[in-house]
Amino acid sequence: MHVPDGFFDAPTSAATAVVAASAIGTSLYLARRRELDDRTAPLAGLVAAFVFATQMLNFPVAGGTSGHLMGGALAAVLVGPATAILCLSVVFLVQALLFADGGITALGTNILLMGVVTVLVGYGVFRVLQAVLPKRASLVPLLAGLGALVSVPAAALVFVGLFEVGGTVDVPLGTLASAMLGVHVLIGIGEAVITAAAVAAILKVRPDLVHGARRLPTATPLVVRTSPVATPAAPAAPTGGEA
Amino acid sequence: MSARRASTRRVLLGVLLVSLVLAGVVSRWADSAPDGLSRVAQDLGFEGAATPHVSDGSPFAGYAGPWAGVVGVLVVLAIAGGATWLLRRRGPAGDDHPRAD
Repeated sequence: MHVPDGFFDAPTSAATAVVAASAIGTSLYLARRRELDDRTAPLAGLVAAFVFATQMLNFPVAGGTSGHLMGGALAAVLVGPATAILCLSVVFLVQALLFADGGITALGTNILLMGVVTVLVGYGVFRVLQAVLPKRASLVPLLAGLGALVSVPAAALVFVGLFEVGGTVDVPLGTLASAMLGVHVLIGIGEAVITAAAVAAILKVRPDLVHGARRLPTATPLVVRTSPVATPAAPAAPTGGEA
Repeated sequence: MSARRASTRRVLLGVLLVSLVLAGVVSRWADSAPDGLSRVAQDLGFEGAATPHVSDGSPFAGYAGPWAGVVGVLVVLAIAGGATWLLRRRGPAGDDHPRAD
């Protein structure tokens, strides 16, 4: 959904840039405050790299149309919503500057639509579902997928709203809304599948690294790996620390 | 979820490897049809509103060349990874997630 230069008038582009910049500023503060520490920070850069890679993989949707992951829900569930907004902003910045994908004057618009909106909607849906459903880590991939499913048409709708206000071409609202929604509901299904699969993969090997699974009981019970007190007769073999 | 807990280094290397393979190799088979917005813009006749991109002169414009994906992954990793690493709270994990290990 990368918006090129020329789709939006200057005031709209400037306004979205201001909103995007405020979102990034808030995210810088909240990411440090709540999400990034020595343990969680290393995954953040790699999630950004993974989203970049996956955005190159356009999959066919319907009749000569393709779609690709946006990644908001995926990144937010893995590393937290504030860090996700930062990661996605870097992806769109690099795409615009290095790959001519998404306009320079449209950078704020693209960060707002595919970064901020997909993160807030995707993570919002995820958290609401998490609040009403049983607290189980095994549900996290499914809920992340549902957040992803909703996030893509939501971004499409925000595009439609912006285009009606500040688009450089007059297109009837209903026509644009139905066209954008139709195709992005389909793309959302792809987004959901990729998101659920990627979250499940990390959750399987390291549930503690998945932001959206913190404080949830995992299916794996706690295992006592060394018990020198319970077995005093055991030879005092050095127990290797975790590498 | 009985998989053995993998070391952090292993998980990170795994994600990096998957990203490089997806961007560097698998992307060759990506669908080249216009994406959702481009298609709608064509169908509804506002495709022509797009103006030339100032980065069209970049050697990687349009993800051209066999190394575009790999370069992109590494550049994104350097910027996002560097920024989040500098931004992190130092020292042991904060009050948010107390852990025994």
